[in-house]
Amino acid sequence: MLEIGLAHYLTLAAILFTLGVFGIFLNRKNVIIILMSIELILLAININLVSFSSHLGDLVGQVFALLVLTVAAGEAAIGLAILVVYFRNRGSIAVEDIRMMKG
Amino acid sequence: MPETAFPNLIPALPEIFLAVAAMLLLMIGVFSREELAARTAGYGSVIVLIVAIVFVGLVAEGRVLTFGGAFVTDPFAVFVKVMTLIAAAAAILMSRSYLEDHKINRFEFPVLVLLAALGMLMMVSANDLIALYLGLELQSLALYVIASFQRDSTRSAEAGLKYFVLGAVASGLLLYGMTLVYGFSGTTNFDVLEKLFADSNAGAPVGVIVGVVFIIAGLAFKISAVPFHMWTPDVYEGAPTPVTALLAVAPKIAAMGLFIRVMTGPFGDLSGQWQQIIIFISIASMVLGAFAAINQKNIKRLMAYSSIGHMGYALIGLAVAGQTGSPAVQSDGLHGMLVYLAIYMVMNLGTFACILLMKKDGRMMEDINDLAGLSKTNPALAAVLTIFMFSMAGIPPLAGFLGKLYVFQSAIQAELFGLAIIGVLASVVGAFYYLRIVKVMYFDQPEDGLDGPISFEMKSILGVMGVVILLFIFLPGPLLSGAEAASAALLPG
Repeated sequence: MLEIGLAHYLTLAAILFTLGVFGIFLNRKNVIIILMSIELILLAININLVSFSSHLGDLVGQVFALLVLTVAAGEAAIGLAILVVYFRNRGSIAVEDIRMMKG
Repeated sequence: MPETAFPNLIPALPEIFLAVAAMLLLMIGVFSREELAARTAGYGSVIVLIVAIVFVGLVAEGRVLTFGGAFVTDPFAVFVKVMTLIAAAAAILMSRSYLEDHKINRFEFPVLVLLAALGMLMMVSANDLIALYLGLELQSLALYVIASFQRDSTRSAEAGLKYFVLGAVASGLLLYGMTLVYGFSGTTNFDVLEKLFADSNAGAPVGVIVGVVFIIAGLAFKISAVPFHMWTPDVYEGAPTPVTALLAVAPKIAAMGLFIRVMTGPFGDLSGQWQQIIIFISIASMVLGAFAAINQKNIKRLMAYSSIGHMGYALIGLAVAGQTGSPAVQSDGLHGMLVYLAIYMVMNLGTFACILLMKKDGRMMEDINDLAGLSKTNPALAAVLTIFMFSMAGIPPLAGFLGKLYVFQSAIQAELFGLAIIGVLASVVGAFYYLRIVKVMYFDQPEDGLDGPISFEMKSILGVMGVVILLFIFLPGPLLSGAEAASAALLPG
């Protein structure tokens, strides 16, 4: 049987983090996908924190993870609110349309 | 079991006061009539910020830790906190007429500025990675909202959206770095981290180094240093002008303070690893700030590139502080950087006060050509703006020149000649676009003048900032000694 250790968790978190970052910069369609990618990044961070915490036998990491979750909830709420304001003005949330200012 | 004694609240008095006052103003706003609420919150928040400055001064006594070592006050924190609070108060004072003209004069605006200021104070005082993150997020979340405060404007909403997405990415990078530092060192406390790296002969584990690089990237986003600057021009242009004035000064100074504390404190012994990165982003910011602003027509966009450049000059001080060997030189670098930031604050607040006065027939103007012939239609305003522009360009004997002199001098003492030479060349190129504004004001044909009369708040802000810039050379003592004490508090010995 394969033993699942710290390295596996860290690899998973690194893959999720990279997916999140790529999701933000390669996505050309929809701002909602960007919000989901941000959430993915924060969850990757939480996996990192919890696995380090369990590996070190230290609770600080789990406390940190709970605080990150709380802030992530606030961040999602504010992100969606700004998105609603933007949609009301523009009538679209396509990433290609977000380019009124350039230069 | 760890000790669970009740924490000493006195060192955190300014923060606690700000938090309570912000909630109180929010309650007053909710339960009173709209115009009354807006007026109370506007003036109330300025008073609250001034009282908070007094509290910051009162609790300043050496280095005090509280909340289980997660919160620290020292002369450095006091110096940076006073600057951010002054910037926040000035931004609220400037905002009133703009908000009234655009019918967005709501009581939430000053309350959100107070909450952002609270977050800035907390991150400057953070002595633990968790405290750092929470402070940073509190200021960012409040700032995302006020960037999109003008709800019926597409540009403001777009600015808020861009700021939010890129700010969230930056927080993600920062947090990922923190998890690596925590995982490979086993602690989040700055003091323990510092001791750990000072004691180990083998240097830090690779995981920690990677974590530090992520943290630098995240913080570089927040201070908008190249290559993480791309949000700055769009957000500055789109956000309502008083918000831009706030964004350009208060969060930058607080994030710089945080940057200094993190780099010289817990990671001070790893300076061999991070100094090269800081030198690179410093040079890149100075060069981009100098060249990219040349073609700008919108004055808010121009100020965005100018602030990217100024962050580059300030980072020279941090690069010098990473030069191991002579503590005196390191301390000089930090000293120059703090003086530079203080002067940057004064120049930028003054310039944005001038930009807020660029109104014609009740509409805001943002094009540089709208300033044409200002010397004939409003000579006093033209003279004040000229002072700020000369100071930004670094022309002696104005304050901006002395700020640059201090950082370049420290770079030469640290034998970072490349940084100093590129810095001087970049500031020569940068002088072009500042002087172009002066040329437009004094030598172009006047169009219709700007709207008068100038309100009392604006006059006093312009007067105070202008006098500070003009007379700094005769009376630099208070600022220099404050910065001296602040930089001495960070470096041992």
